[in-house]
Amino acid sequence: MKWDFIMKYLPLYQKSAVLTVKIGVAGILLSILIGIFCTAAQNFRIPFLRQAANVYVEISRNTPLLIQLFFIYYGLPKIGIRTNAEVCGIAGLAFLGGSYMAEAFRSGIEAVETVQYESAYSLGLSRWQTLRYVVFPQALSICMPAFMANVIFLLKETSVFSAISLMDLMFTAKDLIGLYYQTTESLFLLVIFYLLILLPVSLAGSLLERRLRYAGFGT
Amino acid sequence: MSEKVLEIEHLVKRFDDLTVLNDISLDVHEGEVIVVVGPSGCGKSTLLRCINALEEIQGGEIRLKGEAVSKKSRNLPEIRQKIGMVFQSYELFPHLNVLDNITLAPTKVQKRSREEAAEEALALLSRVGLQEKAGSFPRQLSGGQKQRVAIVRALCMHPEILLFDEVTAALDPEMVREVLDVILGLAEQGKTMIIVTHEMQFARAVADKVIFLDEGVIKEEGDPDQFFDHPKTERAKEFLRTFTFERKHSHS
Repeated sequence: MKWDFIMKYLPLYQKSAVLTVKIGVAGILLSILIGIFCTAAQNFRIPFLRQAANVYVEISRNTPLLIQLFFIYYGLPKIGIRTNAEVCGIAGLAFLGGSYMAEAFRSGIEAVETVQYESAYSLGLSRWQTLRYVVFPQALSICMPAFMANVIFLLKETSVFSAISLMDLMFTAKDLIGLYYQTTESLFLLVIFYLLILLPVSLAGSLLERRLRYAGFGT
Repeated sequence: MSEKVLEIEHLVKRFDDLTVLNDISLDVHEGEVIVVVGPSGCGKSTLLRCINALEEIQGGEIRLKGEAVSKKSRNLPEIRQKIGMVFQSYELFPHLNVLDNITLAPTKVQKRSREEAAEEALALLSRVGLQEKAGSFPRQLSGGQKQRVAIVRALCMHPEILLFDEVTAALDPEMVREVLDVILGLAEQGKTMIIVTHEMQFARAVADKVIFLDEGVIKEEGDPDQFFDHPKTERAKEFLRTFTFERKHSHS
């Protein structure tokens, strides 16, 4: 292992790690919004929007991120929409993540039994109050493991961004291997940086899950 | 006679082609305790669910103090506040502790102050012997304790009428007593209640009037002693026989 090589290119990795995190976080935040929107459309049975959400979820979950990125990056300019690679990366991640988030939220909401709604209604709570104070807190607790798994999955998916020339971690590693043939060092740095990003997220997720596991469902 | 709290007139409830309740009429007066008995599937629980507008009705009318109760009512949440319901499976909110379970509706629906609601909740909890459980979560309670909390939760809304839907059916035998004692206490305080139960001795002790429901129809109604000792219909006799046991001696 050539440590001087590692030291030399550490700042470059840092820079691309920042970009990876930036795009990852933006994409995940957007995918949460899309997920909430789809769940609302499906749960409240809003005509048209509900079917649209279903179609979107199926397309998004059954196509690889790489293809989605190519479509956005190379396809959109053909119909006159020009953006940069960063925006494409965020859009691609949000497009993929939205459906995963929607499925996680839906599973949480569906797990809350009907009689819990009835129990709230019988106390005089309105539909919105029932959702706000009774259903959502329980659904959140139930869907938290799936939600955190999605966050980690989406952060890892950022590794395909290099395909649309985004200077992310993967791009940097491939670039250095191509230039200097220092495969071991380049990949070592790549693994370390992904771990540095993902381990704290994973840890925070476990803490959050434990914090929200108050409900003890079924009993 | 005291004021009518609840009036049910010619109530019909159907699930598709199946008629579950057929032409039910019933008046409940202030302070009256009505016990509904009958075989499984006779429509007892459905009747309570209709009164609370959890089910849509296909005919007839239900009025609470003159106000129509219907799933289509605009002010349904306001009407439901006045109808307390206790479910067989408790249905406490698992993510809230006992005190928050009780004060959620008073604070959010009735807009009462948290302090005042909590004070009343604690007073009611101590009446059912659970004041030290105020901070516990439902999962930390026994079935009987959960059901007592559910009763307190309904009481804290100051309902005009309380509905009990087989509230001891999911409980271990030792816990049945503690819950029934609470309900007996409420009857002594003059609360208006409709109770669906399979506990016949309790029914006899608590009821002002017994309704015998079979195949969606009121087959018999009247004074509890008269119903239990001298049922008029053959169907009621047959039903009551299922609760008595005799050992047949066959020594030769």
